[in-house]
Amino acid sequence: MNMTAIPYWLLQILLIPALSPFFIGVTRRLKARFQNRHGASVFQPYRDFWKLFHKDEIISEDASWIFRVAPYLIFAVTLVIGASIPLVSTALSNTLTGDLLVVVYLIALGTFFLALAGIDTGSAFGGFGSSREMMVAALTEGGLVLSLLTLALISKSANLTAISANIGSLSFQSFTPIILAFISFSIALLAETCRYPFDNPSTHLELTMIHEAMILEYSGKRLALMEWASANKYLIFIALGANLFFPRGIADSLDIIPVMLALVLLAGKSLLFCVAIAVIESSIAKLRIFRLPDLLFTSFVISVIAIGLVN
Amino acid sequence: MLDFLSSAGVFDAMLAVFAAGAFGPLLLRHHDAAANVWSNSLAIGGSGIGLIFSGVALLKGTVPAFGADSTLPLLSFSIRIDQLSAFFMLVISLVAIFCSVYALDYVRHYYGKYSIGVLGFFYNVFIVSMILVVSAHNALFFLIAWEVMALASYFLVIYERRESTSIRAGSLYFIMTHAGTAFIIIAFLLMYRTTGSFEFGEIRDGIAAASPLVKNAIFISALIGFGVKAGVIPLHIWLPSAHPAAPSHVSALMSGVMIKTGIYMMVRIYLDILPGAYLWWGLALLIIGAISSLLGVLYALSEHDLKRLLAYHSIENIGIILLGLGSALVFSSYGMTTLAALGLAAALFHTMNHATFKALLFLGAGSVIAATHTRDIEKYGGLIRLMPQTALFFLIGSMAISALPPLNGFFSEWLTFQALFQGVVGFDVITKITFIISIGSLAFTGGLAAACFVKAFGITFLARPRSEHAAQASETNMLPKLAMAGLALLIVGLGLFSGMVLKTLAKVTGSMANLQGVEADVAQFRSVSIQNGFAETSMPALFIGVIVAAVAVTAVVAVLTRKRKTETGPTWDCGSDLTPRMEITATGFSRSLITISRGVLRPSSETEIEYHDANRYFPKIGTVTMGLHDIYRTYIYKPLRDLTTLIAAQFTKVQSGNINVYILYIFLTLIGLLFFMDLQS
Repeated sequence: MNMTAIPYWLLQILLIPALSPFFIGVTRRLKARFQNRHGASVFQPYRDFWKLFHKDEIISEDASWIFRVAPYLIFAVTLVIGASIPLVSTALSNTLTGDLLVVVYLIALGTFFLALAGIDTGSAFGGFGSSREMMVAALTEGGLVLSLLTLALISKSANLTAISANIGSLSFQSFTPIILAFISFSIALLAETCRYPFDNPSTHLELTMIHEAMILEYSGKRLALMEWASANKYLIFIALGANLFFPRGIADSLDIIPVMLALVLLAGKSLLFCVAIAVIESSIAKLRIFRLPDLLFTSFVISVIAIGLVN
Repeated sequence: MLDFLSSAGVFDAMLAVFAAGAFGPLLLRHHDAAANVWSNSLAIGGSGIGLIFSGVALLKGTVPAFGADSTLPLLSFSIRIDQLSAFFMLVISLVAIFCSVYALDYVRHYYGKYSIGVLGFFYNVFIVSMILVVSAHNALFFLIAWEVMALASYFLVIYERRESTSIRAGSLYFIMTHAGTAFIIIAFLLMYRTTGSFEFGEIRDGIAAASPLVKNAIFISALIGFGVKAGVIPLHIWLPSAHPAAPSHVSALMSGVMIKTGIYMMVRIYLDILPGAYLWWGLALLIIGAISSLLGVLYALSEHDLKRLLAYHSIENIGIILLGLGSALVFSSYGMTTLAALGLAAALFHTMNHATFKALLFLGAGSVIAATHTRDIEKYGGLIRLMPQTALFFLIGSMAISALPPLNGFFSEWLTFQALFQGVVGFDVITKITFIISIGSLAFTGGLAAACFVKAFGITFLARPRSEHAAQASETNMLPKLAMAGLALLIVGLGLFSGMVLKTLAKVTGSMANLQGVEADVAQFRSVSIQNGFAETSMPALFIGVIVAAVAVTAVVAVLTRKRKTETGPTWDCGSDLTPRMEITATGFSRSLITISRGVLRPSSETEIEYHDANRYFPKIGTVTMGLHDIYRTYIYKPLRDLTTLIAAQFTKVQSGNINVYILYIFLTLIGLLFFMDLQS
């Protein structure tokens, strides 16, 4: 690795945590507009984190070190994932941790500790949140792995950056499996990022919440880290969707102009994803929890069909 | 020097140490402490010698072969430790060392209750018979070792003989394992019929002459016979009851290594002895593997007996190993030896990994059970504060078995995935579909295993104690902690240095006759690359990456918020009195997943309500019993039993009880055989 690449690697590592609150803010603002509200500024999540970092913290007396360590670990895992996926340039190829299964299982590592932290305080909410989260996570895994595998088989590499580079140079022949895989991936995206129809990100009702239930006992800096990590995960999935399935525009070198262009394009594509998610969240109702498996199995079956079409 | 370490003399010394370890405690049986120390120290010594012997054989690539003839025809006590045998012997010895260290302390709670001398005897016999099973080179010698292993483990299962459940579990195990042995004998007899020999080497040279029908028959008999020992669904019914019944260090050995002897023989027969696998063999193994892994983890989810839960996870992991092995067979039937070597390497890696983390989890479970006096997971809770080290080790084991990076379980599952990925493109439709199903099953298995271990770890160690016993638990002693710490380090090490381990495993795959010296196309130290760079990963980078990121985040946040206070307070209770009964239970945790998979699991729920009054308005006591219907017993084993009883009833017609009649039967049989011999010649 030469010295000139170092600023770009810093950009790669910091991009996800730096921009993720913004895209959460954008999604919330869009949803507010759909509800005829004015909504908070798109920068509100930054202010929230700032506020939380300046508050004292109360930790349950029943909580063990798992509860204390989990936020740091979960946030760190999102940083590692952020450094492993294609963002602005395919020249920033990460062959060490950029494998699709590594990324999927790193996500599982975060979920594992999130669920343990939910149980740790002994609150009834946390435990049920963990139970539901693990159910959704377990059933999402099949569709997620197979949809990404479709792309890996088409581009003859399981490295996410290589997938991004190869899919961009494909003709329209292999269009059908990619679109099918994208539908499957989108369902997994909604499930993994705790969005409608799986979870309601803005609720605090015990009947409807999954993610919020698990982090109910957190406050202060640890709550900020948890919320921020969940924002990171949201942007990671959006970036994966944008750069793996529609990689046109991603730079293939480390020159400043194409990288900046790619950054703008990535932001544009991510905004489109946010609009789509806001439309979905504003137009459909949350599903009953026992209807969720149907949707997740649909995601699995669609990706099986997609793989079947790959030769 | 190194040659000496893998010579016949060292092997004999190991046998002698185990023999002393077995018979010594019988003499010392009136002194519990002496019998315990003697048997387990010698077990450690014997396993240590075995570890050095197999380690040298594996690393140097030597193939020690020696033996003794017997006075009986066809039987010879020939030992041949090729790379495959050395690998399995290494795994057995390694796990046995840690289990024996653990046992030195753990066995003390049996003092005065059960005979320690007998435990020491069967324990040593059990370990040495497993080593002989994987090193025997003659089918009859193998069968003797196999039978000794089965009997020794049977007596260990019924060791707590005053518990009626142990006796029942033992009987079921006894019947199932012998039914399996019958099929193994059929497989060997079929080989003998073609080759006229019971020596593995001679069978390998002559078996090519066998007709496809005979080969298929050998495949099926060996699959059933060794499948029973490995615990593949639907032959698994003995496993979830037998493993928990044994003392915990024995459960660790049974789950960690004994069931792998079934895998060893499958690899030996399918990839070494029988040439030219048929395509359907591999596909059959893939389907069986997919079913075992997925159903195994679903059954584990529904368990709330900690040891039964772990036992079901053994079935799941055997399924994952079979996925690797099945892909190896498929590729070898297509003549793609490089890919076959990759699949086999994945299967072997997972074999070793499962041995380490399952042994660790069983030892951890043993400590928890010894501290709380119950196996019911609902009665635990909050143990992380009372047993912090055990909790940490159990957490490491849970993460490894859930295939979470950067531990060893993740790497072998990653490798298995890679082997399966290679079978999706460029094959005929049936192969392709089987591989896609296998990938899907492995993906769901990974997620469900994580869910199950969030349950197992969370309900056991987190939140508040749910019973008196759990509230008064105390940390286990030094030696058990040492054993668990060793296994935990091994798990981390095998993950961190997976590239080097894989390089060694590639040598094992190269020693298989069907793979013609082809080693798996993998491995550098820093990062592992598969199949011309289709996939690549680096476990050290992953490990360091996660740790550096976590440390950096902690440091930055600590500096940013250095002026902020952290207080402790009660958990928010919505204004009510928060009791441990409000925490989520193991049943509640997994209920939603069980409800979703009710089509396969067939959950049952019986509600019983007693009323105060005749009009049934005021309930007094309500009980709900939740469980699963045992579909295997209802639909497979009960009809089988009924059929056996029916046939046996028919045979009573010729049983008069008169001894003269029986002599007549013997006479007629002899006459018949003489005529038959005459016709043959």
